[in-house]
Amino acid sequence: MTTRLERTVTYGILALFAVIALTPVIGVLATAFGSQSSLDTGFSLPKGGLHWNNFADAWSRGHFGTYLGNSVLVTAVVVAATTVLAVLAAYAFGVMRFPGSTVLFYLFVIGLTLPQEALVVPLYFDLRYAGLTDTYWALILPQTAQSLAFGVFWMRTYFRGSARAVIEAARLDGATTWTTLWRVLVPMGRPAISTMVVITFMWTWNEFLMALVMVSDEAHRTVPLGLAFFQGQHSSDAALLAAASVLIALPVVVVYVALQRRFIEGMLGGAVKE
Amino acid sequence: MRLTAPTRAYRRRAPGEPRAIGYLYILPALAVYAVFLLYPFGQSVWLSFVHWDGLTVATPAGFDNYRALFSDPSLRAPFLHALLLLVFYSALPVAIGLLLAAVMSRARVRGMTFFRTVLFLPQVLALIVVGVAWRSILAPDGLLNDLLRAVGLGGLARPWLGDYTWALPAVGVVGTWVGTGLCMVLFLAGAQRIPRELYEAARMDGAGPLREFRAVTLPGLRPQIAVALTLTIVAGLRNFDLIYITTSGGPGNATSVPAYEVYHRAFETNQVGSAAAVGVALTVLIFVLTVAAARLVEGRRA
Repeated sequence: MTTRLERTVTYGILALFAVIALTPVIGVLATAFGSQSSLDTGFSLPKGGLHWNNFADAWSRGHFGTYLGNSVLVTAVVVAATTVLAVLAAYAFGVMRFPGSTVLFYLFVIGLTLPQEALVVPLYFDLRYAGLTDTYWALILPQTAQSLAFGVFWMRTYFRGSARAVIEAARLDGATTWTTLWRVLVPMGRPAISTMVVITFMWTWNEFLMALVMVSDEAHRTVPLGLAFFQGQHSSDAALLAAASVLIALPVVVVYVALQRRFIEGMLGGAVKE
Repeated sequence: MRLTAPTRAYRRRAPGEPRAIGYLYILPALAVYAVFLLYPFGQSVWLSFVHWDGLTVATPAGFDNYRALFSDPSLRAPFLHALLLLVFYSALPVAIGLLLAAVMSRARVRGMTFFRTVLFLPQVLALIVVGVAWRSILAPDGLLNDLLRAVGLGGLARPWLGDYTWALPAVGVVGTWVGTGLCMVLFLAGAQRIPRELYEAARMDGAGPLREFRAVTLPGLRPQIAVALTLTIVAGLRNFDLIYITTSGGPGNATSVPAYEVYHRAFETNQVGSAAAVGVALTVLIFVLTVAAARLVEGRRA
């Protein structure tokens, strides 16, 4: 029994918070399509049509073509490496029993709360010593290690829940653990795997601190880093800055809107203790 | 059948496969994880006990770097800022989320997918992009000041991020904006799982909306509250991107936080040992607060 008034209030509150959530996003969009000479950072509709050339200018003047390329490369490798390594490890944690498995698993879980700030300082000196700073490796390897904490945790939950009967049946058919994993469990686990993939993709794409520390030459900058430097140089040019922001946010937002259920599941699931 | 069950658990492998097969599956992940996460963390602990400028030979520091966290105001302040920011980053989002869940728990809502997608959106944007967007909102001629002037409160307008008193709360509000959607979505999902009968029973007993919230909604959402607190506390204390892009710790060090201090000390002022100590202390703080949050929420169960 809910009254009409109560329903109105409920929708009113939801709408209010939806507007609050969207306002800064719409503001960036409006500014991105605005005139470059305009100093107005407010939220008026763009005057004189949409200025698509802002994106072209941000692309060329801000070198965002290069940065997007770097981000795509780094993110693709991190996501692929995390997926394969996490699936292998979580499979063992989830369906096999061997001494020390609990301790080893908790070692991975610790990584969920360990802040980057407690790693970044020695990592910088180690990678510099190894001659790897200002290379893609310096962006890929630490990020893969950090994503593994979530990946192993998340995939282990899947393997634990996946039907024992299926595994037993495969084994009775003489399948090795390896074939069982790739022929049976991985195809069955596509939803769980795609959640891990989109979460890792988002974290890697948005990652900033590691990139800031590890990369000093422009050729290896990723997009968030590019935006930070761009802001330093063009802080008065609101339109270009906003256009660059849109270019960076767009890939993640598109994937998010298409797969929002997977995103939310993964981000909330990552912190749920058993 | 019964008797063989425990032994079968140890033999989830086809005949002929090595006994240690489990370790082989874990090895690749563990290698990357150990070399690029566990080992550097160990090194951080070691570095926190030395004085080092990043170039010359490190000298032992004992507990100097840790003592300084309490005695040096420029190190104490970032930790105090971080704790104050948790009000904005964690307490407020949870409180607002609960308020909304309380309102929504009684009615089924149409268009839930739309609202959920929109409310959660701030979570998926890069914090650098969030920072750029909010910098322009909080700028001297930005949206917030425009609004204040429009409603005749122009006297309150100020350069929010450049104001010694207001910069920290201003950054906090951005954190509230990021975290609130997460908490809401989490609580809304939880509230929809609370059996309707509980509300009907409460109403039969003559419970008002407040009693109903305390007796039905709040207990029903306990696991979600624990998750929300954990997520927002960890995210709030890890917060580097937002500070770097909006204020760089300024004006003065009014918005400096531990995460920023680690970067600043290690890579801008060559105090590597001190930076490592801040990083380790931050880790301990995150650990203690998340355990405390879980205890707090679970403790009431009795």
